[in-house]
Amino acid sequence: MREAAIVSEPNPLQRIPGVAMVLVLLIALFSVIAPGFLSVANLSNVLVQSTILTMLALPMTLIIMTEGLDLSMGAVLTLTSLCVAIVSLATKSMLLGLGAGLLVGTAFGIANGWLVAILGIPPFVATLGTLGMAQGLSLIVSDGQSVVGIPHSVRDIYSATLLGIPVPIVMALVTYAAFHGLLYHTRFGTYIFALGGNREALRYAGLSPNRLLIAVYAIGGAMAGIAGLLMTARMNSGHPTAGLGLEFDAIAAVAVGGTSFERGNGWLLGTLLGVLSVGVLRNGLNLISLPSSVQVASVGVLVIVALFLDGLRSRA
Amino acid sequence: MTDITKDAIAPPRSFLSQDAIQLFYRLLAALLICAVLAVLSDSFLSLGNILNVLRQASLTFFIASGLTLVVLTAGLDLSVGANVALSACIAGTVIHKTGSPALGILTGLACGGIVGLLNGIMVTALRIPSFIATYGMLWVLNGLTYWYMAGETLHGFPAGFRQIGSGYLFGLPIPVYLLLVFLGIGTLFAQRTIWGQEIYAIGANPVAARLSGIPVARRLLLVYTVSGTMAGLASIIFLSRLNSAEADIGESLTLPAIAAVLIGGTSLFGGVGTVFGTFIGALILTLVLNGMNLLSVSANWQPLVTGIIVILAVWLDMKTRRRTQ
Repeated sequence: MREAAIVSEPNPLQRIPGVAMVLVLLIALFSVIAPGFLSVANLSNVLVQSTILTMLALPMTLIIMTEGLDLSMGAVLTLTSLCVAIVSLATKSMLLGLGAGLLVGTAFGIANGWLVAILGIPPFVATLGTLGMAQGLSLIVSDGQSVVGIPHSVRDIYSATLLGIPVPIVMALVTYAAFHGLLYHTRFGTYIFALGGNREALRYAGLSPNRLLIAVYAIGGAMAGIAGLLMTARMNSGHPTAGLGLEFDAIAAVAVGGTSFERGNGWLLGTLLGVLSVGVLRNGLNLISLPSSVQVASVGVLVIVALFLDGLRSRA
Repeated sequence: MTDITKDAIAPPRSFLSQDAIQLFYRLLAALLICAVLAVLSDSFLSLGNILNVLRQASLTFFIASGLTLVVLTAGLDLSVGANVALSACIAGTVIHKTGSPALGILTGLACGGIVGLLNGIMVTALRIPSFIATYGMLWVLNGLTYWYMAGETLHGFPAGFRQIGSGYLFGLPIPVYLLLVFLGIGTLFAQRTIWGQEIYAIGANPVAARLSGIPVARRLLLVYTVSGTMAGLASIIFLSRLNSAEADIGESLTLPAIAAVLIGGTSLFGGVGTVFGTFIGALILTLVLNGMNLLSVSANWQPLVTGIIVILAVWLDMKTRRRTQ
């Protein structure tokens, strides 16, 4: 059943059609039925709005490649976003805020990895537990209220541009490049493939699968910390329920992008296209003035269809 | 302890089965929590509070009992909370439109059951891992409910209907009677019927179950449908207790239900656990949350505590099993 071989380069021809076709179909559909969809302003809006999701979906790809899952990511993002807001409000320093977000996010990531790797708790239940913990901590530190009055230095990150490109997009591109380099061009990346495909081989090679697994979850937590900064900047406040459910969009992007839940192979470019598919779907439904509830439901349908197709392919 | 090889040759005989001992520990834990709370808070032992705990525990139990069957097959149903919300909103609308509580109750149960059946189809026919399939379903249902309600609140139901959730019979809340009925039905079904035993077999070893001729797919469909229907039942109790329905009532229900199942000793890996254990689990969880409430801990702490309890319960379960095997 499992592919035992360590695959370092995926076979793109086999997978491009799926997710790229979804994206092209969605773009074609909305450019016909949604007025203003194809305008430059709207398309750049889609890109900017997809940046937070990109930062969650890329580490989620790595986690799913290890046959894991992180349901806590949205709740941890909410918590780190609040930490950024509270610390930057108290110290007037954007960097200290980011540091606090990174610290809390990484701590949660390490906790997730520890529960999964060392205690051997199934990932979806371990991270469901930490989801509750992060959600509870968000309510406790904010007392259920929004945190407002964020310094300009934080807010400006979302609206600033670098060489004419919005800073969030630059951050997302840098993140993608970093993940691409990490997964396809370092030894650590090869180990990640092995974590899902052949854990025994890692052990025979004298490596500790547990430590690698913790590192993968820690990366997820740290990325939630960085995304927390963008989240706070985007809303110009910290809110105790802001990021809840975003992990689902991330899982959707990974599933649509063709990363398999059972065979330890993942595809980062596919995840990026998956993120854009989710972004286009939500934006397009928004333009034809369907409420956000319908967008949530349609992303759910998208995931189930993608998983069904993945199941068909794996059996074929 | 004893020599390993000796253990392997002659397993230690004990008066009680391993499962009974596990249950006994859990009852002991519940009593211990009661004792601590009785010392810490004056109002804990009041009749009003005890009935309140039982009523709360029964709400968690309805959702968790169906979920127990799913977990026994080594599956998981993450959509139960969202299912309660959708079923409550649809049942509420039907009662408002037709004025007939009976029709509303039937619609709520049917809605829950259909959602459960769809979960079962995704798991069996489409072969999507259950936690992902039901997680997708969670968001589909959430979206549908918010869209359907469009920010409205349904309020005000016939007095007779409200008796189901808030009425009393011989001094006990009516949900407590329902709890006893479903505890009995659930236990009999799981322990004393062939279907129940087949569910344990599927969870313990799906391949062996299939090879020995158990219709695995049909039993799984049944289990997910039961879980959904129980969520539908819980939605009726909620509706009549709160006397209102909103799109967000289900959001805080899934984690406690899973916690109750796991505290009750049902193993996530399938094949081990009882409906009675889940009842004890629901009781323990409710006691802890009720105690926090009595000691005036802010409700904001509840998700944190429930999350910690979920992880602790799984960890303890895995630890004890590893030792006994």
